[in-house]
Amino acid sequence: MTPVLSVRGLQKRFGAVVAADNVSIDIPASQKLCLIGANGAGKTTFVNMVTGYLKPDSGAIELDGSPIGRRSPRDVARLGISRSFQIPQLFIELTAAENLTVAVSSAEGGRLSATASADSGDRRDKAVALLDRFGLAGHADRPVAELAGGVRKLVDIAMALARRPKLLLLDEPTSGVSAEEKFATMDRVIHAVSEEAATIVFVEHDMDIVSKYADRVVAFYNGRILADGEPSIVLKDNEVRRYVTGGAR
Amino acid sequence: MKLSTNPFVLLGLVVLAVLFGRVIPAWTLSLATVAASKALVALGIVVLARTGNVSFGQGLFFAAGGYGVALIANEWGLTDAVAQVLIGAVCGGLLGLVIGPLIARYTGIFFGMLTLALSMVLYGALVKTTVLGGSDGFNVGRPTLFGAVFNDPREADFMLYAVSVVATGLAGVFATILFKSQFGLTSLAVRENNLRVEYLGTSANRIVSINFMIAAVFAGASGALSLMAQRHIDPEFAYWTTSGDFVFIAVLAGSQSVAAVFVAALALELVRSFSNLYLPNTWQLVLGLFLLAVILFLPRGIGSLWAGRRRKVSEPPAEPAAAGKGAAS
Repeated sequence: MTPVLSVRGLQKRFGAVVAADNVSIDIPASQKLCLIGANGAGKTTFVNMVTGYLKPDSGAIELDGSPIGRRSPRDVARLGISRSFQIPQLFIELTAAENLTVAVSSAEGGRLSATASADSGDRRDKAVALLDRFGLAGHADRPVAELAGGVRKLVDIAMALARRPKLLLLDEPTSGVSAEEKFATMDRVIHAVSEEAATIVFVEHDMDIVSKYADRVVAFYNGRILADGEPSIVLKDNEVRRYVTGGAR
Repeated sequence: MKLSTNPFVLLGLVVLAVLFGRVIPAWTLSLATVAASKALVALGIVVLARTGNVSFGQGLFFAAGGYGVALIANEWGLTDAVAQVLIGAVCGGLLGLVIGPLIARYTGIFFGMLTLALSMVLYGALVKTTVLGGSDGFNVGRPTLFGAVFNDPREADFMLYAVSVVATGLAGVFATILFKSQFGLTSLAVRENNLRVEYLGTSANRIVSINFMIAAVFAGASGALSLMAQRHIDPEFAYWTTSGDFVFIAVLAGSQSVAAVFVAALALELVRSFSNLYLPNTWQLVLGLFLLAVILFLPRGIGSLWAGRRRKVSEPPAEPAAAGKGAAS
């Protein structure tokens, strides 16, 4: 079966820094893959290359067997890869529902209507329904600027989900969320995303979250893959303990 | 739908504004005509500003509309006011269609400076083009309306006033609908975070280009209105101070309300007229102080007096019970 995402021999350098060194990963459908690694290991660079923000120096990226390595973020989104951000990228002066309406309007394609009101109708309903899946319907009419950091994080993920992507990339979905709320946040995300049966790649630093939610873990170090496999095996790997988890587990 | 944004109510207001021209003194008629015409360009700047970009060179399209109409009027004898407004809009729009996609990839000060530079290129070209009258420009004939010729100055003034108010009013109704639409919302999203708009799969450049073209159409139509009022055109139409005047109105108005653009244009013309009358040597100072006062006390423009309260801070809702402890940090 063709993997949803296939990455082969990805290379990326920023001057003397090697951000991706011969990275190859195949991600089958419906997998929940977690990327771990210290800061600067190459996780976000990987996400940025897959979503078209950075062009790899060499190597191939394929979505459902079609090359996407040279596509723009817009094209990649249209082809079925969405992402959320470590720092939520929202339309800060708009309300949560308006943020989601923009995402839904974009996802439904075609021409954006210059006459249909954005405050009502089908797209607004879909936007509120998406918020509701994350338990955020009560925040629908509040400007995003007023929302707490954790709520913004979920709004950001909800926007990425509007397009019903084949592959959803979540860059540190629990960063900035307090320790006791991390599991609740991840539960909401996994619950909301499970309805789409999307393949998920998420970047995470909390190994308890990794153990609980990931089917597979890929550990990065200096731009190369240190280990790739089931969480129980990868997290016990000596090199991973030495360079990534710091022997904490 | 709210009464203040119902298109039929707004159209009714436009009709009332036209009829109002029958009862106001003659001197206010030409002042209101100028204000309506300038408001049309400023409205375009506000439309564009909702994508986060300000054009300092709307004189480019203002002149394109004016010169296009003037040349056609002199060449083919087309004097109908409505046709002239439409031709002006088309001339401005066509130029906007060409320039918009080229300029949309720039943002902020680069965008503003490029628009200014382009308008000054046209100004320079017009000054040097002797066949178009060079720096002196040239005259055009008196406009007509649906075959009717207006020899009585009061009737001619009223006709111009009516055409200006209807053109600007229709543009205002269109802008009101646009601001509330999905396209309008996405335009605001581009202003807030254009990269995220791209990541959602929509072309931010395309949104900016379309808004740019709408602004160009408005400026072109306004160029035709000004031409009709002055019956003369010269390169000043494209000069940077002309563009600055429009930005001045847009800054006064803010980007939250269409009605504010008309109020700002009228207020500016009134302040200009009275300060010119009573303080002929220092009227620019009065205008400057007026702008400073608005920026100081209404930093989001005159429109924030009524539209700014829309986004009042609401009480945070209780976390949904089903969500457990919640994610708020």
